[in-house]
Amino acid sequence: MEHIGLTHYLVVAAVLFCCGIFTMTTKRNAIGILIGVELVLNSTGINLVAFDRYMGPGRLDGQVVAIFLIVLAAAETALAVGICINVYKNLSTVDVDAASQLRG
Amino acid sequence: MFRSRFHTIVLAALGVVALSTASLASDAAGSGADHSGVTQAAASGGWLEVLLFYIAAAAACVSALGVCYSRNIVRMAVWLFGALGSVALLYFLLAANFIAAIQLIVYAGGTLILLVFGVMLTSKSPWARFEARKIEVFGATVVSGTLFACLSLLLTRAHWATTDSAVAGTAMSALGHSLLTTYLVPFELAGVLLMIVMVGAAHLARQDK
Repeated sequence: MEHIGLTHYLVVAAVLFCCGIFTMTTKRNAIGILIGVELVLNSTGINLVAFDRYMGPGRLDGQVVAIFLIVLAAAETALAVGICINVYKNLSTVDVDAASQLRG
Repeated sequence: MFRSRFHTIVLAALGVVALSTASLASDAAGSGADHSGVTQAAASGGWLEVLLFYIAAAAACVSALGVCYSRNIVRMAVWLFGALGSVALLYFLLAANFIAAIQLIVYAGGTLILLVFGVMLTSKSPWARFEARKIEVFGATVVSGTLFACLSLLLTRAHWATTDSAVAGTAMSALGHSLLTTYLVPFELAGVLLMIVMVGAAHLARQDK
């Protein structure tokens, strides 16, 4: 029976990270890019909690930083969705190629 | 057309899972001799942990690849829901109860609903598609594939100074104590940030200019 160690979790996090990078670079939809960012943030969370579990159990540093990560992700999503709605109001699309001017 | 793309997704997911399993198996075989006194000391969990880990890891990888390959934005959101849920299961396996619960409540319950609302408010039809050009997909595949290859090579060859004892689930009181003593300043800053974000989002999404 194989033993589950730190490396297993890190490889899963690497898969999520690379899928997030792929999603961010290929999607035209602004909300789709946001979903890619969520994947990347989740892979970071796996890394933090896995290092907390295997490198210093009982110290809780990784878990506390993971809480801050989730808070920041929620804040970022709320603002980004607001910006997307504003872009849609002005341009009637959320295609990121269409939003090429800073002027509203 | 849909069926062939579905086959592509399944094949890609199986390839990634097989690749990671093979690399991990070779790592376990290679590194077992180096610090056997440390890592073999206490095998925590047992077969149930191994089984649950592989189920959650496969679900996470397949959902992430589904996010990559689906063109429809609503399907992407549904695949993201699967990825968030399996990451929460991974948190449970890492003995981080509170983080797993927060992941389910805040991410799967709040952030994802926000994203779905954003999709509903900004798409003209539920079947709207945004096609990327072939060259962009090729470039993104090369970049992310190379990144994953380098990362997995690096991760399986690194030797971490892990302490591999069995741990109990994290006590929430310890987490709260840590938040209000060591991490008091970031905790307050996070509160101020959430306040600013709430005001800013309400300002951005208001009706009249």
